[in-house]
Amino acid sequence: MRLPHCTGEMQDAAITPDPEGPTAPALSLVVELDGLTRHFGERTVLRGISLGLDAGQTLAVLGRNGAGKSTLLRILATLLRPHAGSVKLFGEPLPRQGWAVRGRIGLLGHEPLLYRDLSGRENLAYHARLHRVPQGRVDELLEAVGMLQRADDPIRSLSRGMVQRLTVARAVLHRPALLLLDEPRSNLDPAAGDLVEPLIGRSAGVTRVLTSHDPQAALAEADLVLALASGRAAYVGPPAGLDQGTVRSLYA
Amino acid sequence: MRTAAAILRKDLLIERRTLETLPGMALLSVMTFVIFHFGLGQDSLSGQLAAGVLTVTLLFAAMLAVNRLFVAEREQGGFDAFLLAPVDRTAMFTAKATALFLFMVALELIAVPAFALLLAPPGLGRSLPAFLLMLVLADGAFAVIGTFVSAIAVHTRARDLIGPVIGLPLLLPALIATASGIGPLLTLRASGSPEPKWLAVLALYDLFTALLAIGLFDYLLEE
Repeated sequence: MRLPHCTGEMQDAAITPDPEGPTAPALSLVVELDGLTRHFGERTVLRGISLGLDAGQTLAVLGRNGAGKSTLLRILATLLRPHAGSVKLFGEPLPRQGWAVRGRIGLLGHEPLLYRDLSGRENLAYHARLHRVPQGRVDELLEAVGMLQRADDPIRSLSRGMVQRLTVARAVLHRPALLLLDEPRSNLDPAAGDLVEPLIGRSAGVTRVLTSHDPQAALAEADLVLALASGRAAYVGPPAGLDQGTVRSLYA
Repeated sequence: MRTAAAILRKDLLIERRTLETLPGMALLSVMTFVIFHFGLGQDSLSGQLAAGVLTVTLLFAAMLAVNRLFVAEREQGGFDAFLLAPVDRTAMFTAKATALFLFMVALELIAVPAFALLLAPPGLGRSLPAFLLMLVLADGAFAVIGTFVSAIAVHTRARDLIGPVIGLPLLLPALIATASGIGPLLTLRASGSPEPKWLAVLALYDLFTALLAIGLFDYLLEE
C-alpha cells in the first residue's frame, strides 16, 4: 500500500543517511503507519490508520476528546502495542524493534513523568542518567525554560505552568529526533510558550507529531494533518486540503 | 549497573524525603513484638516459636514496603519514563530489589534490638553472626519475591491485597527455611551456627527466584 506522506528536506542529522542518495525518499520516513489498529477491550480506538511522515516534518493530529490522539502518541512512543497493522519508526518495526528507537523519541504527554517529591533539577538529573546525557545539559535546559531560580524546589510546590516547562525540558533532554507532543502548550502562558518554542517548536528542526486543543494553531505548524473521528482517519493530507467545515465537524 | 544505580539513588532519595515506608515497617514490627510480649505474658521465647514470631513479623513488615515499592512509578509516570529510555529493563528490577533489601536491613537495625529486648532468650550475642547471616539470606528472598509481586500488583486496583495474596505463598519456602535455621540459634544452649541445610536452602531459593524473576520481569513492564 502506498502511504500518503509529505516530502521535504531532511533536517535531522540524527536520521540514518540514505545510502542511495536523495532519489530514495522512502528511507527518510520517520513515521510509517499502515493500517494501524488498536483496541481497548471491545472498543476500537484507532482503526486502519495509514500515513508516512518525513524527517523534519510536523504531523498535526486533530480530533475531539477521545478520538484516539493520545493513544496514537503512546503507540509511537512504544508504550502501547498496536493490535493490527504496522508501525515503523526510523524504518524499525514496532514493537519488535522498539529498543532500537527508544532514546530517539521525546514524549511530552498529559503526565509530566516527574517525581513530585524531587526537585526539577533532581528529576532532570535522573532522566539524564537514564539517557546517558551529561549533567551539564540539565542546567542548560533549566535556564532555557526559565526554571533555574526554582530548580531546587520540589515539583509538588510548583505551578502547573512551571511543571509544564520542566516537562518540556525533560522531553528534549536527550535531543530526540522525534518529538511526540500532546497538547504541549497547555498550562503555558504566552511568555512561557515563547520560552519553549526553540525547544519544541518548528524551529527545533526535528520531526514532530503534535496534538492540540487549538486546531488553527496546530494547522499553522503542520506539514501533514491526520484528522481522527471515532478512531478513523477522516482526513490525511496537507493542511491546505482541509477545509474549515471539516475542521468544525471534527469538534462538533 | 549505572541505570540501576540511578533508579536506586532516586528511590532512596524519595524515601529519605517522604519517609513513607520505613517508619511504618519499623512501627509495625515493634508493635507486634510488644503485643506478643504482653499477649503471651512471657519475657522471652525460645527455639522455633521465637524464630517464627520474628520471621513472620519481618515478613508482614516487608509487605508494607512491597505494596509501596512501585507506587511512585505507577502514579507519577516513572514506568513510562523508564520505558522511554534506551536501557536494559532488568535495571528496574535490580534497583527495586536492592531498595527493598536495604529497607529490610534498615528495618532489622530497629526490629532485631526490639526483639532482643522484648522476646529473645538471653545469650543471643553468641549466635549473632549466624543469626545475621540467616536474616541477610531471608532479606534476599523477601527482596526478590517482593519486587516481583509488587510489579504484578501495581497494575491492579487491589494492589494492597494482591501483594500478600501472591507474595506470601511464594515466600513460604523461605519462611520455613529462615524459621528452621534461626530456631536453634534462639535457644539457651545455641551452638552458634545454623544448620548448613537451611543456609543452603535459602541461598538456593534466593538464586533460583532471582534468575526466574529477572527472566520474567520484562513482561511485567509491558502494558
